[in-house]
Amino acid sequence: MIISRQKDKEDLLRHLEGKHKVFLVGCGACATVCKSGGEEEVSQMQEWLVSTGREVTGSVVIDEACHIMRAGRDLRHNRSAVGEADALMVMTCGAGIQSISSHTEKRVIGALDSLFLGNVRRLGQYEEKCSLCGDCILNETAGICPVTNCAKGLLNGPCGGMEEGKCESDRDLDCAWMLIYERLSRQGRKGVFARVVPAKDWGHRHQPGRHKIR
Amino acid sequence: MSKLAEKLIAGEFVVTAEVAPPKGVDLDGVLATAACFPPEVVAVNVTDNQGANMRMAPLVVAALLHQGGVEPVLQMTCRDRNRMALQSDLLGAAAFGIKNLLLLSGDHPRFGDHPHARGVFDLDSVQLLQAADRLTAGQDLAGRPLAGSPAFFGGAAVSPQAEPFELMFQKFRKKVEAGARFFQTQAVFCEAPLTRFMEQAAPLRVPVLLGVLLLKNARMARFVHEHVPGVRVPEHLIDRLDGAADPLEEGVRIARETVRLARRHCQGVHLMTLGCEDRISEILC
Ligand code: SF4
Ligand code: SF4
Repeated sequence: MIISRQKDKEDLLRHLEGKHKVFLVGCGACATVCKSGGEEEVSQMQEWLVSTGREVTGSVVIDEACHIMRAGRDLRHNRSAVGEADALMVMTCGAGIQSISSHTEKRVIGALDSLFLGNVRRLGQYEEKCSLCGDCILNETAGICPVTNCAKGLLNGPCGGMEEGKCESDRDLDCAWMLIYERLSRQGRKGVFARVVPAKDWGHRHQPGRHKIR
Repeated sequence: MSKLAEKLIAGEFVVTAEVAPPKGVDLDGVLATAACFPPEVVAVNVTDNQGANMRMAPLVVAALLHQGGVEPVLQMTCRDRNRMALQSDLLGAAAFGIKNLLLLSGDHPRFGDHPHARGVFDLDSVQLLQAADRLTAGQDLAGRPLAGSPAFFGGAAVSPQAEPFELMFQKFRKKVEAGARFFQTQAVFCEAPLTRFMEQAAPLRVPVLLGVLLLKNARMARFVHEHVPGVRVPEHLIDRLDGAADPLEEGVRIARETVRLARRHCQGVHLMTLGCEDRISEILC
């Protein structure tokens, strides 16, 4: 899931300058789970906007705002409310914001910061899990990602900074390689230690990326 | 072939030491230090933004040492450069006649003097060893042929006392497989862990230079024990330094004993004397 968090209200006010009528967009997927852009947050945002003297012309929570076709359809269903607005305030991850901005020439104000791809432990406690490297090594690392969880993204084992299983960069963090080693040992296999992993192919991450996967 | 490589291959006990490039452009200090090493010191490591603190490019300092008749070991870390920059620096080093390399991951930027820098780590130390090996074989990492190939003698670092032993050892093995031709160790002060490591390492048949750190006083010893990953200073040594009338003298004595330990188990020593280079002859005698 994409973990996101609302921007400061101060920041939003700067972007809202001169915009009096706002249409609100939320997302029914990640932003709902993160409580940053679901039904509840959209209605709180509406209240806040009204308290700043603005008018909210309407709102919609799209099933998955990152789904470009679906986002387009939902905006068309709200054509008049969207048309009335000076700006659209979008409470989704960056992909959702761009899905909306691809359907309108109006000013789009993103209300969230996208933080990372991760998991929810409990509300407000998130763990970064994957850097979308496009060349997944989890099958050899007992399901623990060193690209994301090792402070240096090393691929062949721990650095010399590891101390008692803790990471050089932050002694409160477990060294990812210690965790990988321990789980591989419990599973009785060598995994990533059985071979020298060559330099990573970062070609999958070239920007801008265009992907057609079938 | 470098002198270091020759002597190690011939089975001679070798001694290396190290210098740090200046923070600034004044090279007098580092060149003077390097010039006064006793003849037993075969090669001198030049550190690469050690501790993630920005200093002059080690390639330049190593080239100057080489020109001045001091054989360098060029240290190179993966922290500050991607695979293209690393390879092009390696080719540049070869042009200056530099052969010995010590290839490292590098300390995390977080604790250096540019904590907001983005760490690169495009390669890790194992992959950088592979890259140097590939260059020596006449190819770059992408498999393209080189017009003239370098003749590197690539080394790596190991912490014989790091725990868990097996995890450290797996990485050590990978470094050998990736082309490490010699190792310099993190400081070790006692025999038992060293014996254990050297016994396991023996079948891999790669020379190991024991890291010998000059402890200047008890406070430093305690600090190293507590803060340097993979280094343990036994209590009895700290007590010795604590009780000594001249702690530095005692430190030199301890270093001398550690060199003797290395003579029994290892193929050489790497001396870390931190400004007390004038004591090296005593440490070696
Ligand atoms: S290796 Fe890590 S970053 Fe790459 S795809 Fe797998 S989980 Fe994601
Ligand atoms: S201590 Fe472990 S997690 Fe931290 S940088 Fe080193 S290898 Fe990576």
